[in-house]
Amino acid sequence: MLTFALRRILLAIPTLLFISLVIFLLLEASPGDPLGDVPLTVPPEVKERMREALGLGQAWYIRYVLWLKQFFWVEPLYWCDQIFGTEFSAGMQRIISFQSRSPVFDVIAERLPQTLTVVGMSYLLGVLIAIPIGIISAYRQYSWFDQIGTFVSMVGFSLPTFFTGVVFIIIFGIKLQWFPSIYDTTLRVTDWNSFLMQVRQMAMPVTVLALYNAAQISRFMRASMLDNLRQDYVRTARAKGLSERTVVLKHVLRNSLIPVVTVIALGLPVVFGGALITEQVFKVNGIGQLLILAIHASDIPMVMTLTFIFAILIVSFTLIADLLYGVLDPRIRYD
Amino acid sequence: MTLRPTLLALAALPLTALSTPALAERGGGGDLRVLYWQAPTVLNPYLSTGAKDVDPASMVIEPLALVAPDGSLMPVLAAQIPSIENGGIAADFTSVTWRLKPGLLWSDGSPVTAADVQFTAQYCMDPAFGCAVLQEFEGITSAEVVDDLTLRLNFDAPRFAPLQAFVGGRTPILQKAQFAACKGAAGVSCTAQNFGPLGTGPYRVTDFRPGDVAQFEINPNYRAADKPAFDRVIVKGGGDAMAAARAVLESAEYDFAWNLQLPPEAVAAMEAEGKGRVVASFGSMVERIDLNQTDPSPQWPEGARSTVAHPHPFLTDPAVRKALSMAIDRQIIAELAYGPAGRATCTILPLPESYAPETQDCLTQDLEGARTLLDQAGWLPGADGIREKDGVRLSMLFQTTVNPVRQDEQALVKQWWSDIGIETELKAVDGASFFGSDPGNPDTQTKFYADAEMYTDAYYLPDPASFLTKFICARIPTPETQWQGNNTPRHCDAAYDESLQKLHQSSSPAIRQGLARELDQQLTAGGNYTLPLIHRGMVSAHVNTLAGVTPNGWEGQLWNVADWSRTE
Repeated sequence: MLTFALRRILLAIPTLLFISLVIFLLLEASPGDPLGDVPLTVPPEVKERMREALGLGQAWYIRYVLWLKQFFWVEPLYWCDQIFGTEFSAGMQRIISFQSRSPVFDVIAERLPQTLTVVGMSYLLGVLIAIPIGIISAYRQYSWFDQIGTFVSMVGFSLPTFFTGVVFIIIFGIKLQWFPSIYDTTLRVTDWNSFLMQVRQMAMPVTVLALYNAAQISRFMRASMLDNLRQDYVRTARAKGLSERTVVLKHVLRNSLIPVVTVIALGLPVVFGGALITEQVFKVNGIGQLLILAIHASDIPMVMTLTFIFAILIVSFTLIADLLYGVLDPRIRYD
Repeated sequence: MTLRPTLLALAALPLTALSTPALAERGGGGDLRVLYWQAPTVLNPYLSTGAKDVDPASMVIEPLALVAPDGSLMPVLAAQIPSIENGGIAADFTSVTWRLKPGLLWSDGSPVTAADVQFTAQYCMDPAFGCAVLQEFEGITSAEVVDDLTLRLNFDAPRFAPLQAFVGGRTPILQKAQFAACKGAAGVSCTAQNFGPLGTGPYRVTDFRPGDVAQFEINPNYRAADKPAFDRVIVKGGGDAMAAARAVLESAEYDFAWNLQLPPEAVAAMEAEGKGRVVASFGSMVERIDLNQTDPSPQWPEGARSTVAHPHPFLTDPAVRKALSMAIDRQIIAELAYGPAGRATCTILPLPESYAPETQDCLTQDLEGARTLLDQAGWLPGADGIREKDGVRLSMLFQTTVNPVRQDEQALVKQWWSDIGIETELKAVDGASFFGSDPGNPDTQTKFYADAEMYTDAYYLPDPASFLTKFICARIPTPETQWQGNNTPRHCDAAYDESLQKLHQSSSPAIRQGLARELDQQLTAGGNYTLPLIHRGMVSAHVNTLAGVTPNGWEGQLWNVADWSRTE
């Protein structure tokens, strides 16, 4: 197990380097221009100076190596300085966003909490809804509950969040005025009232996302339960005279959870990546909205850093899911 | 049980805020909630000239003078507008002397001096900095402190439109003490300064989160003792124009929303709910179609396409250009696609009125006339109805950016042009790519690999001389200059260049105005090198309880936020 994990981690390093190169080249090849927003009246010479001030005057491979150095060397040194009060990174240039001319990681750190609360909460809620629905749907296959469950998950699955989000805003935000349609990111939870405000403004984005997540996971849960319910060991357990409750919740559920846990783990990077569309619709200042803004403005350092962080998260959660598989199912061995 | 009263109390909060009467005194107005759907990312106009950044910054940092709605200049930090009469402008037009109002304080309590103005000029003109508004400082050789409150800007040659730097919200005064460490290449790492500049305006920054929200509170040292009325201003970003319009006009969650280019019927329906209204401020923005004078045909090798080496096969014929203009019904476009946000125009110099030509001829569509004109010029319909002459077919590629309003316009224009026997193929390019300047990108506005293209252009100071300079022969984009240069129609005429030279050398306003009109005529109604369509306004919405919003097309939407207040 340990050698397997080590081998995988070592293999991840060239993979990630390759991914970073691909992302960089893709951004390089994209036709967007960070100075595309500059008014047409600005003379070309001035634009050229602005371009040089952004560091765009150099060849792409120099900029790529510089970015690697900043990501893997300057930023960790800077964090080290922040934590231990040392001065390793003094005078070094951190990764700077083209749009705001501020360090990319400061902006990410400012936005991560919102993404974690809203998207994380919706994921948790989605899982909590999905698992019981999946269990009951499978156990009572083709019952009215299963039919309704199937219908709801099909709806949740096939309606895009940019549609459900806007429908929710129009109904609950504008017509009924129960919830605010714009997420107030300056709200500080200090007492009961502000906590209620926070709940109210989270209600719509969380519901929209939870519906979507629950739809996916409940289908997996149902399929996995159905597979297991037909196994011989279930018949054996029943023949032993175990109660239905024990059979379903102890034997079948635990075995069925193995693939579902992998699916949930693989979906976790999305929590950090934020919900691109939903955050934009509800104006939650999370990571997803940040990425959209950065792409629109051709803010290459920001897009590059964000997508690379997503890549790291996906690679590591895939690894975690593989390892979890071994832990959950003793029959699986990697040696 | 406890939940309901709390909710009620919460719901009542905005109501109590609404019922506060308007008072002519500082503070007491509660919160002003402003929605900029493109969020501000930095509060320093020297780094970014986007309206989303300049507008919020204008509440904090101020220039010496602003352009008033009518195109005249009004002093802000300056005691008066320099002129020849008051000696502010040197008799030979080689320098301008600005005097500051006495007793001005920065929001940290220190006095505003000419050294701050001098520093700001040096900050922007530093060659290592990459200043976004450098062209406003063009020709300035030095900024000289005469005394504590007097500053002289010296020019390299006589400049007959000398009031440029420090006029308008895009060139505000920065505090020397705060930005001293940010000169040149160091400017990039000055995050704290760029996010929270100290200023002289009605508000000061309390919290700034790039791309999300900016919060402001009253500047205790603001020079007008009875302003501003609102205690705090929150500028929130994110979402899209439609959602922003809804948040103001339908749910009234926000007081003011900016830049709402939306289908006119959608806005009208929201406005009909009676919670707020839409205002448009008209500046110099004109949506126009440029007609390529060079041949963009792919039959030419890269580097020869769209260059003066190959003149356009049919757009060089004045009759074809005139027919294209005559076929367009500008008023229908204004009505269907723009509503309150635009009106039909025949000029690229819509404002100020003293410079604008009075031609209205193009406003009436004349399909019959256009057909006759083409017939007379020898362009006769072929077998498929498309006109041709000597084997050249009138078939055009018409490009613009991806934008629902522009696609509507494209469709209308295509229809009219096909009515007079001209075939049009439409193309839409993403804005960031279209306005980009990557020389390898075939879709840019300057490369112009199409026969016609539509976009909006504008200028920021009422004198249009530098705007008109872009249409001289020397500004034609070529592969040698990496396709830089902004004479996109590739208009080249010695007479135009000569008149423009005259414009730059005359100081009399009457002569300048006459020349500007003449030059505009040559480009538009006279020569039809560019077809002006719509004089565009910046549309914003505000709730009915917000008073004091005055449209000003020259400045940002928040230009007079100090005068805004809450009414019943």
